[in-house]
Amino acid sequence: MSDTEHSSVTEALRSGQAGNGVTRRDFLNELTLGALGIAGLGSVAVTYQFFSPNVLFEPPTTFRAGSPDLYPVHSVTFLQDQQVYIVRMPEGFYAVSAVCTHLGCVTQWKPDAEMIACPCHGSKFKSDGTKIEGPAPRPLPHFAISLTADGELLVDKLQNIKSQVLKV
Amino acid sequence: MATTLHSALQRLRETRVWKSIFRRGPANTNRTRSLAVFGNLFLHWLPVKVREKSLRVRASYYLGSISFILFIVLFVTGILLMFYYHPATPHAYRDMKDLRFVVSNGVFLRNLHRLAAHLMVFAVFWHMFHVFYRGGYKPPHEFNWVVGVVLLLVTLFLSYTGYLLPWDQLAFWAVTVGTNIISAMPVVGEKIRFLLLGGNIVGENALLRFYVLHVVILPLVAFLLIGVHFWRVQKDGGLTIKPKDDDGKE
Repeated sequence: MSDTEHSSVTEALRSGQAGNGVTRRDFLNELTLGALGIAGLGSVAVTYQFFSPNVLFEPPTTFRAGSPDLYPVHSVTFLQDQQVYIVRMPEGFYAVSAVCTHLGCVTQWKPDAEMIACPCHGSKFKSDGTKIEGPAPRPLPHFAISLTADGELLVDKLQNIKSQVLKV
Repeated sequence: MATTLHSALQRLRETRVWKSIFRRGPANTNRTRSLAVFGNLFLHWLPVKVREKSLRVRASYYLGSISFILFIVLFVTGILLMFYYHPATPHAYRDMKDLRFVVSNGVFLRNLHRLAAHLMVFAVFWHMFHVFYRGGYKPPHEFNWVVGVVLLLVTLFLSYTGYLLPWDQLAFWAVTVGTNIISAMPVVGEKIRFLLLGGNIVGENALLRFYVLHVVILPLVAFLLIGVHFWRVQKDGGLTIKPKDDDGKE
């Protein structure tokens, strides 16, 4: 290292100015802001995870609805705990959600009018869930329905399907 | 009688304790009166001089102050109600019933909290309309207008989160409907609903989350923003008075 080079390096160190024009203060400022930014993003991610529960103590989504013989043909039975209608028609069984597709109120089966009505905003559906009248945007969904090995009805509310009829 | 009281106060002001707290003599000149305002944490952001016009009822109808007083009423009664309320099922509904029928003066405090909440929403809206129609959002008040709008939203969120806490049918369905409206938001709607409820249904997690929002997070945000709001009123030059009011004509 020559004398002139040496003196220019010491000069740069003294003034806090490196060869490429970035001062030590700028460098440390950017380093600190970068580190704080990464830590901030990390804490947002960790907090988001913290607020998403991993275990929920909610009613099970699969349930047994008893023997098919419990339901007469041409009947709509409301299971209050599950908020599901078990509908039995001559062609077979289907499970229709009782939760209105508008804003989540629980609907009611009106046997006299032969329709499902929502008390909150007046949506109306047929017994198979098709929409008669809004404001509900969609028909009531059907859930997967099957028979267990011992011959009971089994409904899976996680499986939203367009239409399924279980022949018994 | 009056002179006895006066001289007693005079003696109190001369004690070492009084002087150590207030560090000033009697506020008997404009200068010492200003110092009294400057030297007090709770008053220091107030102007030391106020135009008489801005204190007239017609200048503001005191709507901001009324909103703030209602907020204080809600703060005090809310803290008292917390002594009897468990944010859990099935306690929540029973505690609300207990407050109404069993706890001494419980029904008074609960109704005070409820009515003050309704009135605060009303007062805050009226305050906003009044400021809007008087042109109070115009420069240099734009930033404070925005703070005010956020305070309106905080007021509404406080109302909404408090609505669930009695855990009755009205509360349950209101929150079911409200959170379903949130889930109609594109892309993030379902996720926000899940985070807000702490699950897929309005259950215990939802009650606890709404409770924490209602008694800790939202009041803290409100307090902070109210502080900024009041401070900016003074820094932006006090209440907006129409120019014709300045001329003394109405």
